[in-house]
Amino acid sequence: MDDQLINILRTLVATATPLTIAAIGETLTERAGVINLSLDGSLALAAMTGFGVALLSSSPELGLLAAMAVGAAVASIIAFANIGLRLDQVAIGFVLTLLAADLAEFLGVPIAGQPGPGMPYWPLPILSEIPIIGRIFFDHNALVYFSYVLVIGTWFWLFRTRAGLAQRAVGERPAAAFARGTRVNRQRVLYTVAGGALVGLAGAAYTLSLRVGWTTPPSMLGDGWIALAIVIFGGWHPFRVMLGAYLFAGLKALAGALQGTDIAIPVTLLNGLPWLLMIATLLVVSSGGVERLLRLLPRRWQTRLRSVLRSDPPRALGTRFDEG
Amino acid sequence: MTESQAPLWARLSSRALPIFGALAVITLLLLILQALTPIEAGPLEVLDAFIRSLTARGELSPRKLGNVVEFWIPLVLVSMGLVVTFRAGLWNIGVEGQIVMGGLFAAGAAFSLADLPPLLLVPLCLIAAMIGGALWALLAGVLRTRFGVNEIFGGVALNALANQITLQLIAGAWRPRDSDKAQYSRDIPEAAMLPGIDRAFDISLLALILAGVAIVVVLLLLNGTRWGLNLKATGHNARSALLLGVPVGASALGAMALCGGLAGLAGSQRILFTDGLVTSQFSGGIGFIGLLVVLLVGMRGLWVPLVALLFTIILNAGTQFQFIQLDSSLTGVLQGVLVLLVMLFSGARERWLHHRQQRKAKAI
Repeated sequence: MDDQLINILRTLVATATPLTIAAIGETLTERAGVINLSLDGSLALAAMTGFGVALLSSSPELGLLAAMAVGAAVASIIAFANIGLRLDQVAIGFVLTLLAADLAEFLGVPIAGQPGPGMPYWPLPILSEIPIIGRIFFDHNALVYFSYVLVIGTWFWLFRTRAGLAQRAVGERPAAAFARGTRVNRQRVLYTVAGGALVGLAGAAYTLSLRVGWTTPPSMLGDGWIALAIVIFGGWHPFRVMLGAYLFAGLKALAGALQGTDIAIPVTLLNGLPWLLMIATLLVVSSGGVERLLRLLPRRWQTRLRSVLRSDPPRALGTRFDEG
Repeated sequence: MTESQAPLWARLSSRALPIFGALAVITLLLLILQALTPIEAGPLEVLDAFIRSLTARGELSPRKLGNVVEFWIPLVLVSMGLVVTFRAGLWNIGVEGQIVMGGLFAAGAAFSLADLPPLLLVPLCLIAAMIGGALWALLAGVLRTRFGVNEIFGGVALNALANQITLQLIAGAWRPRDSDKAQYSRDIPEAAMLPGIDRAFDISLLALILAGVAIVVVLLLLNGTRWGLNLKATGHNARSALLLGVPVGASALGAMALCGGLAGLAGSQRILFTDGLVTSQFSGGIGFIGLLVVLLVGMRGLWVPLVALLFTIILNAGTQFQFIQLDSSLTGVLQGVLVLLVMLFSGARERWLHHRQQRKAKAI
């Protein structure tokens, strides 16, 4: 494999990291039945705060913590408004996404364009020595490796632990979960805030890892919506969500690579591609097209493939539950 | 005593309570900002900026009021459209792209039919704008009703695509002849421009009348026709299927088309009156502000014109913020905080009323 291709794939992994972390955070939240629609603004506000704190304290680690706190704070407003005040999740999330993005721009004015500290480069010993794979996957910083652990850990949590089973029950059948003694709303608050903290971390991954620094307008604007779509495309399953994030990052890496060559593709088309892909992926999983394709296959394969490809949202997603 | 039995003044002040609460918190936030950051301006300076954005030499300035009305017109058009889609249970976030497509269709008509007399050209441009906005809205609508793609995500993607189409046109077909910069298009032909009233109060009378018509038509449609009632029923059902939607049918498509048409008209006002050419971000975020307006009034159409005026005044004050060393993005923050706090306070008020009623019921 030539160096150029390896470099493109390496960029792909770096680009996919914030998307993966954000989409996994949202997956955790939505699995408990809550939609955090504020992703796009939360990412920007956390990214700005993370870089700002890292700049002032010269410590990227402190920046990560601050960003997580911001993400968690925004998410806790949604949890409070929805569970405490019985307001619509989507409405609050939408207002917050606009507000957080504007707040990021307003408060970020003094630090825009400044150089600052980023996550330290940390090639993993031994693993990064593996030919090709090592350079692509293990030649980054700690945040990138964290995203791998996060995906596997989330899968294990959701599908192999009792707590994860209870979480899914809260998102699927809150009444049944409540009858079995689960404190439904307490769980929802917990996973909304935890998911929000991960979204905050993803925000910091843009300004402290992917490309160090804060710019106006922020470079990640729009990615929050893509992350929300990735969760749907990923069928609320960590591995498929990660696949979705890599698909979108792949498109970006490809667009970046193409811009350097003499292949004449209008820039506007390249910039429009992720959005076309977003519509296309949602079309595939939402229109019943998958189901129709499956029916063409032998019955034995149908059931097996269906369990892998199915994209049913958590049944109680977006609804409120009154513990009465 | 339940709320509906209370005297009128009590009901009104109770409704206004969330707004006063929100204003108090905003004042507090500005004070904190002043105390803790290098920003020198506080609530008083911000208030002063608001006053100066409307007055000149201590008197209301017709020119500045004209600026407010000029921005109020497209905002009201968009917001009235959004009242319709919200009534149908649809989150038409794609309204921003519908404004853009309306503006582009209007500009396209103006460029290609430039030889026609103004009396013919202007109506054709406006019709083109409505068609452009409606088509872009129907695209999101069909994605939702036929293919189950949630309109929020379809809308966000279509917004981004509309912006890319704008950039492509500015850099390509509509590029100014004497320039190779891709910042804006060449000028719209004079014959297609909406005439202004007066230099001192510079608004388009035609656009103002259209906005008035839109307000009346939407209110009548929603409250006085069978279609409006059907829409309400659709809306209630649709809310239960949020992410992978159930098909919500033809009345939802009608709502989208109407909203898209009004948004397109709003876009054409930006191009054919305010700007006179196509820039990359010509909508000025009216679509999102419109969504905030409608969320703030709780989807009751009657209050839309008034709240839209309030938001326009906030936005207009942004032009004064630079003089007190505040970034104009503060306008977005103020609008967002206002809507968020009013929603939270209203929610808290509802809960409080609910609790009180329950306690009373128990006591009896």
